[in-house]
Amino acid sequence: MKTTTAERSRARSAARHRDGAAKPAPSRALRARLRRSSQWAAWGFIAPVLIYLVLFYAYPLYRNLDLSLRSYTVASFVSGDAPFAGLANYENVIKNPTFLPALLNTAIFTFVSIAFQFAIGLALAVFFYRTFRLSATLRALFLVPWLLPLLVSASTWSWMLNSDSGIVNSFLHALGIGQVDWLTSPSWSLAAVLIANIWIGIPFNLVIMYSGLQSISPDVLEAAAIDGAGGWQRFWRITFPLLRPVSAITLLLGFVYTLKVFDIIWIMTRGGPATSSTTLAIWSYQLGFGSLLPDFSSAAAVGNVLIIIAVVFALVYIRARNRLEST
Amino acid sequence: MRRRAWWLTAIGVLLTAVMLFPVYWMINVSLTKTANMRKSPPNLIPVDGTLAGYTVVLHQQLPYLGTSLLVGAGTVALTLVLAAPAGFSLAKLHPRGGGALSFVLLIAQMIPAIIMAMGFYVIYLRLGLLNSVWGLILADSTIAVPFGVLIFTAFMSRIPDELVQAATIDGAGPLRTFFAIIVPVSRNAVVTVSLFAFLWAWSDFLFANTLDGGGSMQPITLGIYSYIGNNNQQWNAIMATAVVASVPAAVLLVVAQRYVAAGVTAGAVKD
Repeated sequence: MKTTTAERSRARSAARHRDGAAKPAPSRALRARLRRSSQWAAWGFIAPVLIYLVLFYAYPLYRNLDLSLRSYTVASFVSGDAPFAGLANYENVIKNPTFLPALLNTAIFTFVSIAFQFAIGLALAVFFYRTFRLSATLRALFLVPWLLPLLVSASTWSWMLNSDSGIVNSFLHALGIGQVDWLTSPSWSLAAVLIANIWIGIPFNLVIMYSGLQSISPDVLEAAAIDGAGGWQRFWRITFPLLRPVSAITLLLGFVYTLKVFDIIWIMTRGGPATSSTTLAIWSYQLGFGSLLPDFSSAAAVGNVLIIIAVVFALVYIRARNRLEST
Repeated sequence: MRRRAWWLTAIGVLLTAVMLFPVYWMINVSLTKTANMRKSPPNLIPVDGTLAGYTVVLHQQLPYLGTSLLVGAGTVALTLVLAAPAGFSLAKLHPRGGGALSFVLLIAQMIPAIIMAMGFYVIYLRLGLLNSVWGLILADSTIAVPFGVLIFTAFMSRIPDELVQAATIDGAGPLRTFFAIIVPVSRNAVVTVSLFAFLWAWSDFLFANTLDGGGSMQPITLGIYSYIGNNNQQWNAIMATAVVASVPAAVLLVVAQRYVAAGVTAGAVKD
């Protein structure tokens, strides 16, 4: 392209005129003032969320803490005051015969859920990472269980696992296995809610691990293949180690989400029979809302134990994430 | 190579079929006659099917569906209004203490809903907000707002700084920049956040049951729950309601699939 000198100089002077007239080089004082005013603007945009967080996060949490440190009864709600009880509620909760089973069930439910969700999700991610006809469509369909309302999934699984008329037992019967009382036998109820929860969590793991795979350079794998590494070796020696940061995040998020699970267990077994599938979240709900005589103080105390566990793991998560960012 | 790809598709279809079997079963049961419900072995396809379940839905569940739509829309509006400006600020205006705020938002997502429900219950009892739709919208928004801010921040930090600078040079204040420049180019983020906020509000059961359990306007999750709770043996009606309650999820998957995947990933992996 060829431009005449006259054209170029005209363009340059026009640019100089525009920039020069509208914006002289800012002095240091002016720049400081601009920065200060932009701080005001920055916080102005954040203010609504900040107020929201204080009113609708911090305050309910504070009320929850307050509940757990007093002895609230139905009467205290009417009168508005409840005697201060200190840590007595926490002591009672820990001494309660439900505490140990609930803690143990929470641990089993969380770890078994995550182990299966992650292993299956990763295997599927590796499978779908290869391009074949329909791979994108099928991968999208895998999202369905994750998008369904939990209540819908839980009700469906309840009926599928029904002792007499459930499809799962008919299938087992066809294989020559006797009736399993999935939801009504104390030895199977935890397994039943685990199956449903693993099913719901697979898509989340699949999507994240798939995005992790996408970030691995194909050159590395190609180089390994040229060097004679088989598929199995390529996965364990290259793909899996390179996925470690994404895996850490997936596992920790899974942990925090699984600790909170309530809907599935409540719909399928209500934590029963007895305490066989009661987790801390379920127990907290039972104490606070499960009967006509709510014990809000104990419920809040159980809830706060759950928060402490979640926060400890959240801090681990954030440390892992920061380390990831700095590398 | 060709033949191997064909096998992969076959395996993929098989895996998807196994994974989606419960969804198929829900639809199948929703079409089964009550008389055939206890049949052994059950009908694998809805031969001799019935639409009785859906008739029941049409007669009993429409108000619940309406409430759920209202709660979903309200939650989306509240979430967008709060989260978009905050995301803009965190991404482009470099507020002092912004890092601490992001940290708080991350932690906020990890608080179990049962604990929030208890706190809200005590507060709403005082304020008389129990069993109201507005109270439910507020509570449901707590699931979506922290996520929304983080998504908006992630999306908006990808907008080139030159765009914001150009607006500033042209004399636009932050407010004008936000509405005239940032919001129009952040359409993807708006869609992603709205989608998740709606879906979470639509699916919420815990807040609905604790804060709106005795309300005159109840969402669809409570509609299904009351069916199950009544020890109702009309499983075709229960499953028909479940199918109808799953429609938004299905629509979103078809209409906005790439936004769904983007939301899942952006929520977990910072880029």
